[in-house]
Amino acid sequence: MRTVIFRFTAPYLTSLMVLFSIFVLLRGHNEPGGGFIGGLIAASAFAIYGIACGVAPVRRALYFHPMAIAGSGLMLAVLSGVVSMVVSVEFLTGVWSFPAFLGGDVGISTPLFFDIGVYLVVVGAISTIGLALEERETD
Amino acid sequence: MTGIEANSGFLALALPFLAAALAPILTRFLKQHSCWVLALAPAFAFLIFLGALPEVAGGTVFLFGLDWIPSFDVRFSFRLDGLSSTFALLITGIGTLIILYSGGYLAGHRDQGRFLSFMLMFMGAMLGLVMSDDLMTLIVYWELTSITSFLLIGFDHERGAARRGAIQALVITGGGGLALMAGLIAIRELTGLTSLSDVLAAGDALRESRFYVPILILVLAGAFTKSAQMPFHVWLPNAMEAPTPVSAYLHSATMVKAGVYLLLRLHPALGDTSLWTTILPLFGAVTLVVGALLAVRATDIKITLAYTTVASLGLLVMLIGVGTETAIIGAVLYLIAHSLFKGGLFMVAGSVDHGAHTREIDHLGGLGRAMPITFAAAMLCALSMGGITPFVGFLAKEEIYHALEHGDPYHVALICAAIAGNALMFAAAFIVALKPFIGRMPETIHHPHEGAPTIWLGPLVLGVCGLVGGLFYGAYHAFFSSPMASAAVGEPLAIEIGWMPHLNLAFALSLATIALGVVIYLLSERLRAGLTALLSTIGWGPDHGFDQAMRGLIRGAFAITNFLQSGRLDYYMTATVAVMTAALFGAMAYTGGWPAMPEFPQVNYYEWIVLALLLCGIFAVVVAKNRLTAIVSLGIQGFAVALIFMLMGAPDLSFTQFMVETLSVVILALAITRLKLSPTDHRPTREKLPDAALAAAAGAGFGLFLLAVVQRPFDSVLSDFFERYSYAIAHGRNIVNVILVDFRGIDTMGEIAVVMTTGLGVLALIRVRVKRRNPRPADPMEVTP
Repeated sequence: MRTVIFRFTAPYLTSLMVLFSIFVLLRGHNEPGGGFIGGLIAASAFAIYGIACGVAPVRRALYFHPMAIAGSGLMLAVLSGVVSMVVSVEFLTGVWSFPAFLGGDVGISTPLFFDIGVYLVVVGAISTIGLALEERETD
Repeated sequence: MTGIEANSGFLALALPFLAAALAPILTRFLKQHSCWVLALAPAFAFLIFLGALPEVAGGTVFLFGLDWIPSFDVRFSFRLDGLSSTFALLITGIGTLIILYSGGYLAGHRDQGRFLSFMLMFMGAMLGLVMSDDLMTLIVYWELTSITSFLLIGFDHERGAARRGAIQALVITGGGGLALMAGLIAIRELTGLTSLSDVLAAGDALRESRFYVPILILVLAGAFTKSAQMPFHVWLPNAMEAPTPVSAYLHSATMVKAGVYLLLRLHPALGDTSLWTTILPLFGAVTLVVGALLAVRATDIKITLAYTTVASLGLLVMLIGVGTETAIIGAVLYLIAHSLFKGGLFMVAGSVDHGAHTREIDHLGGLGRAMPITFAAAMLCALSMGGITPFVGFLAKEEIYHALEHGDPYHVALICAAIAGNALMFAAAFIVALKPFIGRMPETIHHPHEGAPTIWLGPLVLGVCGLVGGLFYGAYHAFFSSPMASAAVGEPLAIEIGWMPHLNLAFALSLATIALGVVIYLLSERLRAGLTALLSTIGWGPDHGFDQAMRGLIRGAFAITNFLQSGRLDYYMTATVAVMTAALFGAMAYTGGWPAMPEFPQVNYYEWIVLALLLCGIFAVVVAKNRLTAIVSLGIQGFAVALIFMLMGAPDLSFTQFMVETLSVVILALAITRLKLSPTDHRPTREKLPDAALAAAAGAGFGLFLLAVVQRPFDSVLSDFFERYSYAIAHGRNIVNVILVDFRGIDTMGEIAVVMTTGLGVLALIRVRVKRRNPRPADPMEVTP
């Protein structure tokens, strides 16, 4: 499995896939995509990296423990719901703002952060499982 | 309440909780002196209630609250009337003294801050309980008192006895709390009455309800467990494992009265039926007599006091059960008197323990000279408990005998129980309050000493209150007992009983009780020996029964778990799939919703290709020699399904299906290599057939079910809604995503919580296996093709 070609290309493939996953995450509100699917793509990216180069480099690359990433994602999702309560609408009601940015309107909203939270939870949880399974005791 | 008064009501309710939050920090800096600061919170709350007292005594009922869950008509609302006002004054007044007492009693304890915090939390919970108007608010506070009581009993959590006592109390009172919750929800659902005020205003509505009996039984289960009625009383003596301030406050003066409070509160709505006047006096009288006997039997003065508390609660329940005006008055007078003298006596027991380092009555004596103030406080409390004029205890006892002095067998039986119980409690009072202080001091006691002012202040103040209340009974009745009794009876009444004895039957019974009590006091050692012998002959008690029940529960759980959780993956898989299949076919058979044979659809050539791909995948799965090959082949048909989604115009779904399929193949392959499975299935075909049949049935079930669903007329309400509003209010054109993150965000939140928990669970499972496994498993990389 650990052929030279695979090991050499895996980091590039992983980077591209992570980039793509973020793209998919951000376009999700209007085009096919979203946090869940984006998270799955990123999780597969890390799985590929892990299979090619071993678990330790993935853990180094992720920097945080994947479970911590998942936890912060859940936190972000909940907080984005709480923001709605701060501006005194029901919990999880979408709050939108359209600041002018580089000449165009950019929609910043609590559903966006909620979706990022979903993304992080999926990446974190699936990577946790994947990495734990890939890990050999010696790692 | 007007705006300002509602605010002060909320303030009074919040003060103990605020102080509880501050307690650990304050205690870290001020050591035991933090109690002086913390006691300001209940003291201030006490003053607030005192300020409202003239109006409450005049019959005003203050109602205030907020909407909590308007869609279910649940409010966070409170009611301050005569009943809750007297309770609130007792809770905050005794609470102030107890906080001071805790400061002295646990001085230098390393967890004193935590202790004070728990005590104040309890105070807040108890205050909320007696003031709640909304039934759901009541339940919340009710459970909160159970939980804080659990924390306080188990405060000394390094001792097994404390842990057991805490768990026992939580199981019994918590179980009762659940019953009460069911009862109150039943009241809400069946009658539509959502608050105590509604219930009280509804008159006979509950009594005439078809569900009166179940409601009554559920409410009584809550009240009896909380107020330690036989046979649920066992937790109360075991709760004595808690530090003495807890016993004085929770387990005599306040929390155990919660059940009695509830009965008094609901008496106008639920009482005066034959069921009520049978069950309550029966339980109450048995509890009274048995509790009082056990009190005399005990040798630890705290346990003695605990059992007298059980007996007193029995007396109160009995009186509420009788339910006449005089009986309720008697109960109210006794309740106030009991909170004062029993709280005081418990604190005395703590002081004695503190000064002499033992609570065993046989090892105590002659402390009077060394601890004069404690002795004085003890005597003040004991005289009130013994029902000697002019203490408040005397007023209560006279009124109780008045209530019961009727000639019929019902009342005669109850009055006999009352006399026996009171005489035994009289003896117990003096065993605790007199014996340790008189006679010769045993040599085992070294340097007995009076505690800090914080320690003797509490019992002394409570003892003096008991005397002052009796002497100035006019004011006492006007402000405390009459309003309380009026609220409990449901109509205004005035109590007149005074400390001047009149020569009548009640007084004669009082004298008889005292005489009998003196005899029991003198014979207490012989009686104790006899009772101990009797109990060891019986050899079984509810306490033992509790242990048996808990053991049975654990064994039962173990047996069920063993049955359901065989630990064999193939068993789980078979069971899951079989149940699923049965559910699918069962639903269709039950509703008769079998699908009709569909018309054969027009299929394009590229769709044929995808279908062929799909079939190839399935075929490969079935014929695969190797498990890993089978898993990868399963991926083929998954991708084919994803393609179909794509062709049918569901890019989101297709996209997700692709990713899920990829990841599940990867993870399954990794997992399989981890498990020490043989790479192939070695079973003979004969054994594989049942699995194959089950798989085919499950597939057929899903297929038929989906066909049946699709054949139903399509209801487009939801699709229309989402199409119309997706962009208009959620600013998103991707309806699927908008549904996920906005319209149904709370579902998604639950789902990601599940995803995360699953991740944690899998991680934990893998870690466990790694640690236990020895020697090491095969390197997964070597097996992966």
